[in-house]
Amino acid sequence: MGMNMTEKILARHAGIPSVEPGQLITCKLDMVLANDITAPPAIKEFEKVGRPVFDRTKIALVPDHFTPNKDMKTAALTKSVRDFAKQQRIVNYFEVGHDAGIEHVILPEKGLVGPGMLTIGADSHTCTYGAVNGFATGVGTTDLAVGMATGEAWFKVPAAIKVELTGRKPKNINGKDVILTLIGMIGVDGALYQSLEFAGDGVAELSMADRFTIANMAIEAGGKNGIFPFDAQTKAYVEGRVQAPYEPVAPDADAQYARTVTIDLAALTPVVAFPHLPGNTKRVADIGRIDIQQVVIGSCTNGRLEDLAIAAAILKGHKVHPDVRCIVIPGSQQVYLEALAAGYLKTFVEAGAAVSTPTCGPCMGGHMGILTAGERCVSTTNRNFRGRMGHVDSEVYLAGPHVAAASAILGRIAVPEEVE
Amino acid sequence: MEVKGKVWRYGDNIDTDVIIPARYLNSFDPAELASHCMVDIDETFAQKVQPGDLMVGGKNFGCGSSREHAPIAIKASGVPVVIAASFARIFYRNGINIGLPLLEIGDAVEKINAGDVLQVDTTAGIIKNLTTGDTFKAHPLPGFVQDIARAGGLIHYIKEKGSL
Repeated sequence: MGMNMTEKILARHAGIPSVEPGQLITCKLDMVLANDITAPPAIKEFEKVGRPVFDRTKIALVPDHFTPNKDMKTAALTKSVRDFAKQQRIVNYFEVGHDAGIEHVILPEKGLVGPGMLTIGADSHTCTYGAVNGFATGVGTTDLAVGMATGEAWFKVPAAIKVELTGRKPKNINGKDVILTLIGMIGVDGALYQSLEFAGDGVAELSMADRFTIANMAIEAGGKNGIFPFDAQTKAYVEGRVQAPYEPVAPDADAQYARTVTIDLAALTPVVAFPHLPGNTKRVADIGRIDIQQVVIGSCTNGRLEDLAIAAAILKGHKVHPDVRCIVIPGSQQVYLEALAAGYLKTFVEAGAAVSTPTCGPCMGGHMGILTAGERCVSTTNRNFRGRMGHVDSEVYLAGPHVAAASAILGRIAVPEEVE
Repeated sequence: MEVKGKVWRYGDNIDTDVIIPARYLNSFDPAELASHCMVDIDETFAQKVQPGDLMVGGKNFGCGSSREHAPIAIKASGVPVVIAASFARIFYRNGINIGLPLLEIGDAVEKINAGDVLQVDTTAGIIKNLTTGDTFKAHPLPGFVQDIARAGGLIHYIKEKGSL
């Protein structure tokens, strides 16, 4: 019986010829990731195991959530990560500033994750690396601690949903429209305990940035991982970045899937996910007037250069609406520099946006744009749960950078075509 | 383990941001996390929960962020077991890994209401609703995962066995 991409990577890392859904296996890990929230408790658990890290080159520690540290308590947490990295001589510790940024932006950017590789991260959006044909999934701090100590983790092999992408992608559609549409179709638990395997001619229509956005939000459908096939675009992206040997995976012709969901890219229109679930997807054309007070453009979902390019093209020559605070957060120092060189940051500042250093910041209500009661924000982030960005009576509307930029100008949720 | 307690009942898609909001993640002290548990959807929980009380949710309980602070907050509140129609997978792993029993019972969860008193055998997965007289059987944990649960969590398991 044939295997799909996820099964092939899991089997290879378990050292067995094949696996099937439901099977419990132990896998060798290629990369283990934690951030400033999840690493500190993981370090405490790691110390209980009582041995050194399994491989100091295969652990990435990225203080990105509450950094640059917003208060003394979080500064102490980050210091504990910094001290641990020094003590264990962790190679991939990413200090604020330097060549760092948001974890799920920089790990692919620096080539630390690649095709066929297996990554666990103590952050639910670790699934982002499926964009480069890897298996990557979020875990908690105890799994992370054991992963750092042993280089292994246990998995239940997930059944897979095949997401068949067809048709030509219209110019005004990007990865966020695709994934929000998918979550709207299958629900926030539509892929519970399952993997999402993207397939079809439509894959070639999607840029790497689109694929990162889509894989990033597999978890918002309950998915264990989301994975894209390896093609010419993946090859161009990983070549020269990924230094470790890698072996791409492709699904067998007779690979098994629990079900198939088809999305015609040509039929997509810009969408927005209403509070308080990422699956409350609506076409922007259908929603009527919704005034907003804040826009956030950035995050591990949409903080890449292509995302900023889309937003800058719309904001160029326009002003952010007087009732709106527009906060732009490049996903990494490299993205920041490239956006600077391309003139995007100048465009944002001239338009009246606030441009921040890379951080997760407001996405999970950390800092850099917390909402008070009654405020509404259009955000290119990944979650709109109650209280996610601040007050329990605030509202987050998830959208792509195109809708976010247009909304910033008009002061209401809008599509770029409405900007004159 | 056999436990008996009163039910705190919540709905579908209870996410880890409401179980423990990110603004309290500047600490991972269990008692401090427990003092803010569920605050964004139920301000009374942290104040009124009694050791031994049970938490019951609907579908996709624990969705969202991977923060293990969420099951830690629930466990530190004195809740010995969480019952739900289904659990989000990272939360499920985290619960097993920290030794918080999680019982998945599908639609049968509709027959449990706030304030009901349940008697639960967490090992056998048998739930008796003493208020209504109903009995439910939870989906069993796979063998190896039962071993982790029996050891009291993944760290204990690794210390006993040396590896996975």
